Amino acid sequence: MGSPINRHGAILQGADVALKKKMADVALNAARSKGATYTDVRIGRYLNQYVVTREDKVQNIVDTESYGMGIRVIANGAWGFAATDRLDNDSIAKAAQMAVAIAKENSRLQSEPVQLVPQKGQGEVSWKTPIEKNGFDVPIKDKTDLLLSVNAAAMKGGANYVNSIIFLVNEQKYFASTDGSYIDQDIHRIWPVFSVTKIDQKTGKFETRQSLSAPRGMGYEYLIPRESDKIHGQTTLYRDRYDMLEDATLAGPQAAEKMKAKSVEAGKYDLVLDPSHLWLTIHESVGHPSELDRVLGYEANYAGTSFLTLDKWKSGNFKFGSPNVNIVADKQQPGSLGAVGYDDEGVESKKWDIIKDGVLVNYQAIRDQAHIIGLKESQGCCYADSWSDVQFQRMPNISLQPGKTPLVPADMIKNVAKGIYIIGDSSFSIDQQRYNFQFSGQLYYEIKEGKIVGMLNDVAYQANTQEFWNSCAAVCDKSDYRLGGSFFDGKGQPGQVSAVSHGSATSLFKGVNVINTARKI
Amino acid sequence: MAILSEDDCRALMKKALSYSKADECEININGADTANIRYARNSVSTSGSISQTSMAISSAFGKKLGIVTTNEYDDASLEKAVKLSEELARLAPENPEYMPFLGPQTYSERNPKLFDKKTYEMTPKQRTDMVGQSLQVAKDNKLTAAGFLQSQGNFNALMNSHGLFAYNAASDISFSITMRTQDSLGSGYAIKDYEDFNDMDTLKLSTVAAKKAASSIGVKAIEPGKYTVILEPAAGIVLLEQLYGGLDARSADEGRSFLSKAGGGTKLGEKMVDERVNIYSDPLDPRLPNSVWAGDGQPLKKINWIEKGVIKNLFYSRYWAEKKGVKPIPYSGPVIMDGGDASLEDLIKGTEKGILVTRLWYIRPVDPQTLLYTGLTRDGTFYIENGQIKFPIKNFRFNESPVIMLNNLEALGKSERTVSDESNQSCLIPPMKIKEFTFTSLSDAV
Repeated sequence: MGSPINRHGAILQGADVALKKKMADVALNAARSKGATYTDVRIGRYLNQYVVTREDKVQNIVDTESYGMGIRVIANGAWGFAATDRLDNDSIAKAAQMAVAIAKENSRLQSEPVQLVPQKGQGEVSWKTPIEKNGFDVPIKDKTDLLLSVNAAAMKGGANYVNSIIFLVNEQKYFASTDGSYIDQDIHRIWPVFSVTKIDQKTGKFETRQSLSAPRGMGYEYLIPRESDKIHGQTTLYRDRYDMLEDATLAGPQAAEKMKAKSVEAGKYDLVLDPSHLWLTIHESVGHPSELDRVLGYEANYAGTSFLTLDKWKSGNFKFGSPNVNIVADKQQPGSLGAVGYDDEGVESKKWDIIKDGVLVNYQAIRDQAHIIGLKESQGCCYADSWSDVQFQRMPNISLQPGKTPLVPADMIKNVAKGIYIIGDSSFSIDQQRYNFQFSGQLYYEIKEGKIVGMLNDVAYQANTQEFWNSCAAVCDKSDYRLGGSFFDGKGQPGQVSAVSHGSATSLFKGVNVINTARKI
Repeated sequence: MAILSEDDCRALMKKALSYSKADECEININGADTANIRYARNSVSTSGSISQTSMAISSAFGKKLGIVTTNEYDDASLEKAVKLSEELARLAPENPEYMPFLGPQTYSERNPKLFDKKTYEMTPKQRTDMVGQSLQVAKDNKLTAAGFLQSQGNFNALMNSHGLFAYNAASDISFSITMRTQDSLGSGYAIKDYEDFNDMDTLKLSTVAAKKAASSIGVKAIEPGKYTVILEPAAGIVLLEQLYGGLDARSADEGRSFLSKAGGGTKLGEKMVDERVNIYSDPLDPRLPNSVWAGDGQPLKKINWIEKGVIKNLFYSRYWAEKKGVKPIPYSGPVIMDGGDASLEDLIKGTEKGILVTRLWYIRPVDPQTLLYTGLTRDGTFYIENGQIKFPIKNFRFNESPVIMLNNLEALGKSERTVSDESNQSCLIPPMKIKEFTFTSLSDAV
């Protein structure tokens, strides 16, 4: 039980790249010979590992692997795509021909030809997530031992039930295009997560408390605790290293405290939002509405459109938020879920402003949209969650920049007369144009006259996006900056997921509408 | 790879099993040939053809289990994957809840409606023709269309070292369409899903969506609060499926479910919702065919979940059933809910004051204790007065529990096929008229 598991894909890197280049060239040539004017090829080997436990039991140890090729072409001015998991030359050529046939058929329904903003070929290059410890190389026993000790700590702290999981992801992606790019990337992600449940059988009530970890673009080092990465307060919060055992130890008593907490009185409150909560509000209310494909209507049938219409951006003075609100898109941020060397169109990763001093200044775009907002190059936001799915515009890391004036959460709370301090994410819902949202958290602390007076329960806040961000009265400084994120952000038809991080420091929002969610059935 | 036949599956799985040295080994293989067209802004955007399969190999030594999935099937890759699953199993601690794989089972005959070869073999031209009809509706009505059409053939097979073998193949065609007015002030929607492409009428559905879009212009804002609503099936299913998905015996027994009772015990056998509510699954129903076996190989047959408002059955995993001394009840097929004879129009005619809801969106749990969910109306929300649709209204956010909703039932229409755009699961449910449905705020979204 002490040895790591080596997947065959992970140990053939050098030879693999030469083989992938040959396979990619088969596809590029086959598509060109059938009339494609542009082709890109993605050969992907996707590895996942899940270690799943509950209480004192290891429920599942699962290794998944998927290997195949996706071929995207432009022919007659229209996109076509075909994917196959048969990677002999004949099957690759047939898939390329199918992609061209689909493109030509689609061109009958095309109102204007696809316009790709130019992209120089990258040549033969590679990029790897700068991990310190590959999670797939860590012995299974280390993972099961950690999770079982986490569960034991939670049970000792009074939990009735606990579930815990470590997710590991490794995307080995090879991209080639007729622009002259041959890009090999090795991308790693990790997400340790638990949920404890406390039950009062007498009353039939139950409460849960989820882990305060974040999914990260890191190796197993994320799970090696470091005191300098801890912020001690109402509970312990974590920067770039997570102490899963400590968090579980705190979670049991907190779930019990939640059960006894006062049910919130509905009304207006000042909200102090911790980054472990605020990331999701940023994701839904800033990240999604600034996706250019949504703004243009490409997601109208499913994920929706956006209130951040082009006229608002063109005006140059659309006040998205207060001057405290500075939001940056960043595909390079170390340790983040969205960090890559190149996107799935062969565009190098970048960083740019979305909201500057509260004003909308930019969107998130890919190659076939860039010309619409006058860009000379793509912002590198193209991604597909598998070789079998077509790449499209996905959210880069979108983060609220910390305040420039020194400010820590304890001092922020001192200036709040009637408020709620919210830690951790929970329920989230937002309309299809991103105006009206409702969010809940894991831990709610009532603030009265600058002091935390106890825990609350049954809290959810509802707001209009623009009003909410204009009520942002303060953002703590960079010492409080942390990343949250989503492993499974869904979008598109057929549905795809992507992983994305959102950074922030604790922030203050004035006069937000809070509802009470308690019901009787 | 095309869809594997039953014989091809047997051969491939037998080969994989031949490499096994574990106490027990089970192989599952599934795959699909899928093709789709996505369009928006009255033009095709992305589309493609995807052919893929995946094999899961589960190996066990005693109560130690390891699972590996792969999609490479040459001899060397198969042997390697089987060995890796065994290595994982040896590394795993014993799981006291582990249940040995099943022996051979007896299944009902496969529902002949489940697989239509012509749907599986649809050509790119057939799909573009169907989308072309939809785009023509948009053009004729000066609207902007965004839609998605997908056709598919898929298969799933299970074989294990105890001699169990099961095979299933299915076809599917799904279509959803959003029509928006060019000024973005109106939006309408329709969605359907079938096994046979002859049932799919993209022209009719696009016309419904177009009519709703045009009728949605000029919304009035009415105050949030409790209203009588008529939920069209596409709206109702996204709440109903939360109730159905929560019918789990273990979480109820453990005291962490809306089905748990104060002092212990569960609400199994108790009346929980209006007595007109009957919810069941039946893989042999020709209106909503489904596989006759569950993922772990257990046979699936007709089963009542809620009968005359009473919780009749809960899902029991094989482990939990053994522990409780009852028969296991597998997670079954899609939801069927009995309706009446009334059409949607009849329900509207019989409504003095109320709100017609086309679609509910972004459904998320708020409180598992009461099964409280939040979400919003979308793509066609109308005020009804004296039996007639009077005017379009601004969209609402709701906070509501399907348990409370089904206690506030006023009337049911005729059941029809629809599909949840949250789970992509097909179902057969009626439009529902519900009183005192709770809207908590207004949304500016169109």
